[in-house]
Amino acid sequence: MRLLKLVPDDTNIDFLKWRKVASAMSIILVVISIALVAVRGLNLGVDFVGGQSVRVEFTQEMPPIDDIREKVGDIGLGEATIQQFGSDKAISIRTALPDGDKAAAEQAGQQLVAGIKKAFPTAKTGSVETVSGKVSEELLRTGAISLALAMLGISIYIWVRFEWQFGVGALGRLFHEVALTFGFFAVTQLQFDLNSVAALLTIVGYSLNDTIVVYDRIRENLKKYRKMEIIPLLNLSINETLSRTVMTSVAMLLALGTLLIFGPDVIFGFTAAILLGVFVGTYSSILMSTPILVWLKVGPGSFVPRTSAGNEGAERVAGKSDDGAVV
Amino acid sequence: MLDFPRWKTIGISIILLLGILFSIPSFLPEKTFEKLPSFAQTKVNLGLDLAGGSHLLLEADLADLQKTQLSNMEKTVRTAMRGERGADDDIAIGELSTAGGKISFLVRDQAQLDDARDRLFKETQGAGLTGQRDWNINIVDSTRIVMTPTSAGRTQAVAHAMDTARDIIDRRVNALGTREPTIIREGNDRVVVQVPGLQDPTALKELIGKTARLEFRMVDENADPNEALAGRVPVGSEIVPYAEGEGNGASFEVLRRQVMISGEQLINAQQSYEPQNNQPVVSIRFDSAGSSTFAKVTSQSVGKRFAMVLDGKVLSAPSINEPILGGSAQISGSFSVASANALAISLRSGALPVKMTVVEERTVTPELGADSIRKGAIAGIIATVTVLTLMFVVYGRFGIYANIALAFNVALIIAIMAAFNATLTLPGIAGFVLTIGAAVDANVLINERIREELKRGRKVFQAVELGYSEASRAIFDANVTNVIAASLMFWFGSGPIKGFAVVLTIGIITSVFTAVTVTRMFVAHWLRTKRPTTINI
Repeated sequence: MRLLKLVPDDTNIDFLKWRKVASAMSIILVVISIALVAVRGLNLGVDFVGGQSVRVEFTQEMPPIDDIREKVGDIGLGEATIQQFGSDKAISIRTALPDGDKAAAEQAGQQLVAGIKKAFPTAKTGSVETVSGKVSEELLRTGAISLALAMLGISIYIWVRFEWQFGVGALGRLFHEVALTFGFFAVTQLQFDLNSVAALLTIVGYSLNDTIVVYDRIRENLKKYRKMEIIPLLNLSINETLSRTVMTSVAMLLALGTLLIFGPDVIFGFTAAILLGVFVGTYSSILMSTPILVWLKVGPGSFVPRTSAGNEGAERVAGKSDDGAVV
Repeated sequence: MLDFPRWKTIGISIILLLGILFSIPSFLPEKTFEKLPSFAQTKVNLGLDLAGGSHLLLEADLADLQKTQLSNMEKTVRTAMRGERGADDDIAIGELSTAGGKISFLVRDQAQLDDARDRLFKETQGAGLTGQRDWNINIVDSTRIVMTPTSAGRTQAVAHAMDTARDIIDRRVNALGTREPTIIREGNDRVVVQVPGLQDPTALKELIGKTARLEFRMVDENADPNEALAGRVPVGSEIVPYAEGEGNGASFEVLRRQVMISGEQLINAQQSYEPQNNQPVVSIRFDSAGSSTFAKVTSQSVGKRFAMVLDGKVLSAPSINEPILGGSAQISGSFSVASANALAISLRSGALPVKMTVVEERTVTPELGADSIRKGAIAGIIATVTVLTLMFVVYGRFGIYANIALAFNVALIIAIMAAFNATLTLPGIAGFVLTIGAAVDANVLINERIREELKRGRKVFQAVELGYSEASRAIFDANVTNVIAASLMFWFGSGPIKGFAVVLTIGIITSVFTAVTVTRMFVAHWLRTKRPTTINI
């Protein structure tokens, strides 16, 4: 049987040639993302701004959005934010909570559901979420902290396992990806909620797989080819791992794409964000995290023993014993 | 590579077999599942977002708790100063105030100051491990005693109140008769309530929200209602409004502030009927201390009125026609059977020691949950089939090995989740699909490495050997970063996200095991028996 090869054998693409263009593009994209978040803002869900959100599913033709908005406004809970889900018959209706009075806030959820049922007798309310201002502030804070900790923790791990330049490279790349994901949420105005933070954490965890594989190969080649210039060496490492990078990305894209199309619409935004993260991740492990190493002057000396001779051998053995540990 | 010891093969096979066996119950319908022997009755729990149900996060009003603590201590002070019954050892006090979170009062006779302090020492206790007391007692100006709650005392009071509140909520929710509710304390001042299957949390919220603080207080017969309304309430009394629909036209009563008997002294409450007119009433019974107080007060105050106050609202203020000695009484009002029953439940399960408010509420209907499961399952199956096909087309025989490993991986994840009684949530399903995509990564790494080594002209055995050993390093590092991210998610996330983190973590561990160890076993077996000189990869 002839096997499929997604990437031809012995590619020799000069990826590093594009590093300046790619970096410029990445910086521009990051700046645009930050600007978008600043200007357009994120469509924060009740998890992070407080308020209440009701998922409504229409069994028949959905009334025009403006009509719904007006009728929800009549309930007396203020301006409603209406968002469509993946399917065309389900929407989420969001309103703020009454200020101050806790008892009134507790009633508001029921009031909204009752109001919707009265205005649209055929509609079904699938889920009701109410989050108080205090809780939403806490969720936002812990979300931000855990994201920052994840990025730092992973970078420190890379630093410990490799060299400091690699740690910086990983951090830079993670920042790039997180910024672009935020930009994605700002552009699409998909609801940014607890699930989105989970998506970001997943991206932070998974997208680094690629980088680690490339870095691992760079480390190996740095020891193998002491005399080679750094840029050809980085190119070689990327090309050697290219078929794996592409294959894994294709597998992930297939799995996530299926989930996006056939999966529950409730987690559409979540899946879309991870899908984007995988996509951007493939690009940035090739054209982001490797060029950083050039600027940070990773060279043949990076893995040369500084304390004792024979460190290289130790590394090699350590490499094998990792395998033992895994098995 | 070739020496894959027999014990290892047996060990791995046992693990895989157990994985398959324990994943089966999760797929069985409810009826078949119940017929299984009890040790096999382990299945993956469905989270509220899949099974449908209500999640409530309640927060205690700590300021209210402090107020209660203060007023309880005020009562204690009064009782302590009154001294033993019959003995002539009262200590006269005055100007008792609770302003600023402190209790301050004047001891009229300076000679009794030390005695007063000693009595209070007996009433306050140690709190915490440092030997700190729960109240500081100071003598100011040689005439006043000032009591301030210590921070250890406050912490202890909060912890105690929260534990009690959790227990009470537990009992109330269970009285609703719903299945498998979860009620746990969270953080310093919160309680999480999760009730699977519950669609409308209104009744639940009402039941929990009720502080049901029942008090019996005397009506201040000397107060003039009109004067009181104008703001001239006699010292030691206050205006208390009637509950909706009660009071026969009167909207309030002027009641003594002092609580005669409080809800804690209640030992039973149940719905019954008044014999005369068959109206639903709530019958209550006091404990012995409550009974004797009630007997004493009713004996002394025949002809006067007392009020039953529930949550700061007067339910009724009947006259005392005769001393009530048995410790039983009836609360009548315009009850329906249901509302009398609800009141009885909340009275019976005791008063919440602190006011709780709902700060977060999430409800998902079972239909939406079922829809999510169905779509998630379809997506999961299609994703699996697609990835399996891709692996086979790209890696041939080695792809099949990876695919078998992937199937074992799915079984193992389910088995481990079932064994730990872990909860599968909607993001958890996404985590599952993601794991399928990512699990093959390890095999991609290994197989690509084998291809590379073959291209470099290595012999088959050596290439496979190097493929596994060289790839393992990157596989290990990559998975550690995933575990870092997943553990932060577990720490940060609430329900559904925790579920996602759990699936992710379990998936990472099992995928390394199946993708590296299990495929290695297959490959080793194949190489040993067939001894191929070339391989198609």
